[in-house]
Amino acid sequence: MKLRRMRMMAVPTALVLVVAACGGDDAADDDGADGEAAAPEAGCEVGEVDGDLSFYNWSEYMDPDLIAAFEAEYDVTVTEDFYPSNEELFARVEAGGAQYDVIVPSDYMVDIMIQESLLMALDFDAIPNAANIADDFTSPPYDPGLEFSVPYQWGTTGIGVDLSVTGEVEASWALMFDEATATAAGGRVSLLDDPRETMAAALYWLGHDPNTTDEEQLQEAADVISSARPWTTAFTSDQYSDLLLGGETAVAHGYSGNFLDNFGGDENYAYLIPEEGATIWTDNLAVLTDTDAPCTAHTFIDFILDAENGAQLTNWTFYASPNAAAEEFILPEIIDNPAIYPDHEMMANLFFLEDTGDAEILFTDLFTQAKS
Amino acid sequence: MSVVDAASGPPPDVAEDSVVRPKRTVERILAGNAWIVFAFLYLPILLLVVLSFNDNRTVGVWTEPSLRWYQAMFTDRNVLGALRNSLVVAFISTVVSTVLGTAAALSLERFRYRGQRAYDGLLYLPVIIPDVTMAVMMLLFFVQAFDLLGAVLGVNASFGIGTISLSHIAFNISFVAVVVRARLAGLDPSLEEAAADLYASRWQAFRRVTLPLIAPGVAGGALLALTLSLDEVVITSFVAGPGSTTLPVYVFGLVRRGVTPLINAVSVLMLTGSMLLVLTSLLITRRRDEP
Amino acid sequence: MATTLEPRTTPPPADAAPELGLEADAERAESRRGLLIGLPSLAYLVVFFALPLVIVVVYSFATRSRTGRTILGDWNLDSYARLFDPLVLEIALRSLWLALLTTLISLAFGYPFAYYLATRSPKVRGILLVLVMIPFWSNFLVRTYAWRVILGRDGPFVRLLEPILGTDVQLLFTPFAVVLGLVYGYMPFMILPLYATIERLDFSLVEAARDLYASGWQAFLKVTWPLSRPGVIAGSLLVFIPSFGAYVTPEILGGGRTTMLGSYIVRQFLSARDWPFGSALSVAVLLVMLAAAVVYLRSGGRNL
Repeated sequence: MKLRRMRMMAVPTALVLVVAACGGDDAADDDGADGEAAAPEAGCEVGEVDGDLSFYNWSEYMDPDLIAAFEAEYDVTVTEDFYPSNEELFARVEAGGAQYDVIVPSDYMVDIMIQESLLMALDFDAIPNAANIADDFTSPPYDPGLEFSVPYQWGTTGIGVDLSVTGEVEASWALMFDEATATAAGGRVSLLDDPRETMAAALYWLGHDPNTTDEEQLQEAADVISSARPWTTAFTSDQYSDLLLGGETAVAHGYSGNFLDNFGGDENYAYLIPEEGATIWTDNLAVLTDTDAPCTAHTFIDFILDAENGAQLTNWTFYASPNAAAEEFILPEIIDNPAIYPDHEMMANLFFLEDTGDAEILFTDLFTQAKS
Repeated sequence: MSVVDAASGPPPDVAEDSVVRPKRTVERILAGNAWIVFAFLYLPILLLVVLSFNDNRTVGVWTEPSLRWYQAMFTDRNVLGALRNSLVVAFISTVVSTVLGTAAALSLERFRYRGQRAYDGLLYLPVIIPDVTMAVMMLLFFVQAFDLLGAVLGVNASFGIGTISLSHIAFNISFVAVVVRARLAGLDPSLEEAAADLYASRWQAFRRVTLPLIAPGVAGGALLALTLSLDEVVITSFVAGPGSTTLPVYVFGLVRRGVTPLINAVSVLMLTGSMLLVLTSLLITRRRDEP
Repeated sequence: MATTLEPRTTPPPADAAPELGLEADAERAESRRGLLIGLPSLAYLVVFFALPLVIVVVYSFATRSRTGRTILGDWNLDSYARLFDPLVLEIALRSLWLALLTTLISLAFGYPFAYYLATRSPKVRGILLVLVMIPFWSNFLVRTYAWRVILGRDGPFVRLLEPILGTDVQLLFTPFAVVLGLVYGYMPFMILPLYATIERLDFSLVEAARDLYASGWQAFLKVTWPLSRPGVIAGSLLVFIPSFGAYVTPEILGGGRTTMLGSYIVRQFLSARDWPFGSALSVAVLLVMLAAAVVYLRSGGRNL
C-alpha cells in the first residue's frame, strides 16, 4: 500500500521535473518585465554578440537567407518564432517569461509596450546603420525620437479590387460604404475583421479623425458599417486576398504588401489607397527588457538596417522599407509602384492608428454590434 | 489497432449472430447513412490533397499541377521543426492523458467515496472552458509557477515543449475520461465479479477482464486525445517558448499571409503517415491472429 | 468478494453511518481504493487546471488599465455587471441555438453511423473507426479552409443549387456554413462515445425484445436506445459544449458575420485587451455550462 501511494505521488513530481528539464537552459528573469521606468541601455559595441538570438516575428515576414547570413557572419543561432497578431504578442510579453530578444510590434503596440516598460531603450551607439532610416520615420507619434524601436517595414491599409468585375473605379471608401458604388462594383465586399482598422475606414469615409474617441462619431461609423452589411460578404483579416483572387469578393479591405505579393503582377487586380485618407502602419524592431542577449539583439537590428540587407528584405516581402539608403537596391517594380511607395501628396493623407486607451472597449463593442 | 481488436475476446461476436442484425431495409438505410457520413468526412480531405498539387498559391484558383509545395516543405526548416514538435507533444499528451483519464473514469464510475461530486465537476471543466480562457490562465499560471520554482528550488524553468504538453494533458484527461465513462457506465458488473472470484488478484481481474471490456472506450479516448492535441492552436501559442512552435500554430500564422498550399502539402504528409501507421498495425495484428 | 466492484446502479452511500463488522471495513477499504486510483488524475487537474482557474476568477474582479493591462487591486464587480448587456445576451442566445442545432444534426447522423459501425465484424469495426479519425489528423485550419472552397461561389453545392432555385445562392459566410463546419469538426466527438456504448450492448436483450415486441422499431425504442443513453449523453455534451464556445469555425466559415460567444471572449482578451471582462465572461460560461451539464446528466439517467 505504501509503495503504491509513493508511486502515485511520483507522477506529479516527475511532471514538474519535465517542465524544469525542458526549459532549463535559457530561462529569463521574470522580474524584469514589470520593472523600473527607465529601462537600462545595453552598452554594447558595434557588432558585439553575447549569445544566441530568439526572434519573435510575424509569419512570412523575414527572408530566411537574411537569417542564415546573420548566423554565418556572427556565428550565432537565430530561433525564429511567429505570432499571428499584436494582441497575442502583447499577451505573451506582458505576462512575463516570454524569453524572446527581438520582437516586431506594430506602431500602436510599440506605444503600449513603452508605457508598460516592456521595451529596452535602444543604445544607438551600437546601431550606426540607424542613420539609414528615412526622415519620414525618425519621429513617429508612437515613439517620438525613436528611443525604443526602429522601423522594420511599413505599408498602408487600403482596398484591393478585381478590375475584371469592378471596371475602372475611383480610389475611395465609397467602394465599401456607398450602396450605389458598391453594387456597381459587383456588390461583394470584404472588410477587415479588426475593430480599429474597419472603424477607421468608416471614419475616413465620414471625414472624421480615425483616432477619435467621440462617442457620437464612433456610433456614426458603426452605423455606416452596419448599413454596409447587405453587400459585405465577409469580415476577415486573413485570406482576404485569396477570397478576392478566388472570385468570392470583388472588393477587399486589407494590407498593401499582402495584396501586391498575392497579385503577382496580374493586371486584373489593383491595390488602391483611398483619397479620403487611409491608415499607414509600421512594424518595428524592438528589444525586450528581459532579453538575455542585448548585444546580439542590437547587432541584429543594425544588420537589418544595413542598406543592402534592408533592400533584400523588401524585395522578399513586397512591403515598403523605411530604410532610405536601401532604396537604390530595391527592385524597380517595387520602388516605382505608387501603391507601395505613395507620392508625397498621398503620404500627407495617411494616418497612424494610435492607442485610444479606454475607448478601445468602445471600438470593440460598437464593431461587434455593427457586424452582426 | 490492437487495442480495438482486443475487445473481440470476451463479448459474443455480434456480427456472426444473424438474429441481432437489423432487418434488410434498416440495414440498407444504415449503410447508406454510413456512406453519407464518410463522404462528408472525406470531401474536404480529397480537395485538400488535390490542392496540394496546385501550382498557384491561392487556394481556390487552380493553375497547373506541380510538386512545388512538397519541395518547399522539405526545405523549410520552420515547417519540419514545427511538425516534429507537434508529434512529440501529441505523443506525450496522448499517452499520459489516456492513462490518467482512464484511471479517473474507473475511479468515478466504479467506486463511491466522499468528495466524488466535486471531482466529477472538476473533470468536466476542461471540456467546458473556452480555449482562449484556458490559454490565458495557463500562461499566467506558468509564469507564477516558474517564479516559485526559481525562488524555492532555484530551478530555472521556461516555456517550451514541456509547458505545451502539460497544458494538453490537462484538457485531454477530461476528454478521455468522458469517453471511457460512457463505455463503463452500466457495463455488466457480474463479469468483473466473476473474474474477481476466479483470479487471485484485483490487478489480474482488471487486466484480464475489465481492461479488455473497456478497451474500445480507451482506444476511442486515446484517438480523441491525439486528434485534439494535433489540432490545438490557441492554448499552444500562449504557452510555447522559443523554438517550440507546433504545426497548427505555425499554420495559423501562415494563413494570415495566405500561403496555404504549403500547409496542404504538410497535411497530406501527415495523412499519409498516419495511414501507413494504421496499415502497419493492421498487418501486425493480422499476423498475430494467425495460428 | 461481491462487494469489490459495485455496480453503478446501487452505490453505497459513502457518508453513511459506519456499520459494525467486516462489511463496513471492506466498504471503507473499497472507497479508499477508488480514491487512490483517481488520485493521480485528481492531483494533476488540481495543479494544472484548478489552480490556473483560480487566477482567472481573481482576474474577473480586477480592473483594466488604460493601456489594457490588468490592475490587480481595486476589486469590483463591474465586469459581471456587463454580462447583462443586451449585446452579450444576444450573442449567448445565438450561440445556444447554433450549438443545439449542431448537436442534433450530429446525433441524427452519428447515432446510426455508430450503430452501423458497432454491428460490423470486429476487424471491419476497427478499420472503420480509424477511417473516421484519419481526416482529423490533417490540420484543422486546412480542413476548414477546404470547406470555404467547397461552399464558395464556384463550389459544387452552389453550382448544383443555383439552377434548381434559379437565384443567386450564398452558402459561404452564412449561419448554415457555420453549423456545417461545427458538425464536421465535432462529428468524432459524437461518434466515439456512441460507438463505445453501442459496441458493448448486450444484444441478447434486443433479441429477447424482438421476441416480445412486434416491431424492430419498438425493440429499438424500448431496449437499444435506453441502453445506449450514456453514449448519447456523453456525445451530446462533447459536441454541444465546444460548439457553444467555438471560435475559429465561425470566424472562417461565418465570415465574421455570425459572432458566437467564443469569438466574443477572444475579442475581449485580444482586441479589447480587457482581461477582467474576458475572465468574467469565461467564469459565467463555465458556471452556466457546468450547471446545464449536471442537470442533463442527472435527468439523462432517467428520461431521455
